[in-house]
Amino acid sequence: MLESEFMRLALAAGAVVGVLAPSVGFFLVQRRQSLVGDGIGHVAFAGVAAGILLDVSPVLTALVAAVLGGVAIELLRSRGGAAGDQALALVFYTGIALGVVLVAQAGALDVNLFQYLFGSILTITREDLALIAALGALGVGTIAILYRAFAAVIIDEEGARVAGVPIGSLNVALAALAAVTVALSMRVVGILLVAALMVLPVSAAGRVAWSMRSTLVLSTAIGLASALTGLTVSYYADLPPGGTIVLVAAAVYLGALVVASLGRR
Amino acid sequence: MPLAVELQGVAFGYRPGQRVLEGVDLRLGEGEFVAVAGPNGGGKTTLMRIVLGLERPGEGTALLFGEPAHRFSARRALGYLAQRAVVGGDAPATVREVVSAGRLATGRLVGRLRQEDRRQVSDAIERVGLDLVADAPLKTLSGGMQQRAFIAKALAGRPSLLVLDEPTTGVDAESQESLAQLLADLHGELGVTIVYVSHEFGAVEHHVQRLVLVRRTIVFDGSPHDLPGVWHDPGHVHARE
Repeated sequence: MLESEFMRLALAAGAVVGVLAPSVGFFLVQRRQSLVGDGIGHVAFAGVAAGILLDVSPVLTALVAAVLGGVAIELLRSRGGAAGDQALALVFYTGIALGVVLVAQAGALDVNLFQYLFGSILTITREDLALIAALGALGVGTIAILYRAFAAVIIDEEGARVAGVPIGSLNVALAALAAVTVALSMRVVGILLVAALMVLPVSAAGRVAWSMRSTLVLSTAIGLASALTGLTVSYYADLPPGGTIVLVAAAVYLGALVVASLGRR
Repeated sequence: MPLAVELQGVAFGYRPGQRVLEGVDLRLGEGEFVAVAGPNGGGKTTLMRIVLGLERPGEGTALLFGEPAHRFSARRALGYLAQRAVVGGDAPATVREVVSAGRLATGRLVGRLRQEDRRQVSDAIERVGLDLVADAPLKTLSGGMQQRAFIAKALAGRPSLLVLDEPTTGVDAESQESLAQLLADLHGELGVTIVYVSHEFGAVEHHVQRLVLVRRTIVFDGSPHDLPGVWHDPGHVHARE
């Protein structure tokens, strides 16, 4: 398997996304915003469609659209008076509708679109990997620096607001991080499955962890293991990589449920 | 005595024409231990949100340590225990992780906790008597112990003003009394200004120097000893109106 360059590149990209997606997802899940990744994914779809229509890199336009969508969800939630899930629904449906219209305009409703919807990790180039690794390092670095601030908002948002912690800026930063993660993960697991890699490892870790920090560390370990195992299984069993990665993560979640229930006995 | 809180002619409504509060004048000196009580829906929480600068009064002025409350610059001096404070989501945050979040108020948002932060966190945990369960997930502890952890979180920021909104919600009677004693001890040892907001004040009545009863405006402000006996039932605040 490792003698093929496309698999080496795929494993490296999978490792980056396997670590980054649950790291960002950790904060979203704790804030009961598990579906934000999905919402941003649908906006990213509109970005991909715009890229195809304008004949520029769909990954770049998806990144821009995802950041705008993520920030819009946060601003609607915090200032627009819309409850969290309504803000999400608004951006979610607008994104997918815009995507459908733009894709039709570009005449691109074909197999090429599938690589963005379901991932195409086996076609990743060295240049793609360099971009994924650079943005992944930026994301993980930002989380390392802002961990205490993000954690304080999860623990007691109102108390943090009173104490002068810039909640609004932190929430926008988290939304932007989620957007970058979605855009990066698009090539690995696809727009339709990206949120799974942000949520399932965190949910699994939450069943067996003993503190917030251990939940975060376990989440990234499960994300990394799911990505590498999923890719390996998909290589030997000739299965779609994105779907296989997510199925491995789902299996780990079920395993964690069993371990947790045994631990309670 | 320098003033921690000064409200003058404060009126507030969440919608046009609504009056949750009106004609509120209140001065709290630095170092006081005050209970703010009144019936549910009487405007206590709104009053505290104005005091903390989370809401701006529709009429009148609200000052915190002499500055307009909504533009108060030294926010790290404020400790706040929100009504029904719970750790968000499913995060199994430990007592130490919860209390550590209080150190963010010291102004350094980024990077790891420093040695001084860790010392203050341990000190706050010890003060509220949770040192033996410092590394236990908060959700495994009783309601009273969880409230103690949040009080320790507020203390970890070394506040000058500590506001607790309904801190005894979901806490049994014995723990309520021990929470009140803890606050009295903290007040005595640290000299911090404490505002204890609750729909009933029985637990702290013997510890506070001053009792303020709120029902849209301030209907009583004085020593608990001067309170007419019939008012010890907060329901009578309704009756007076």
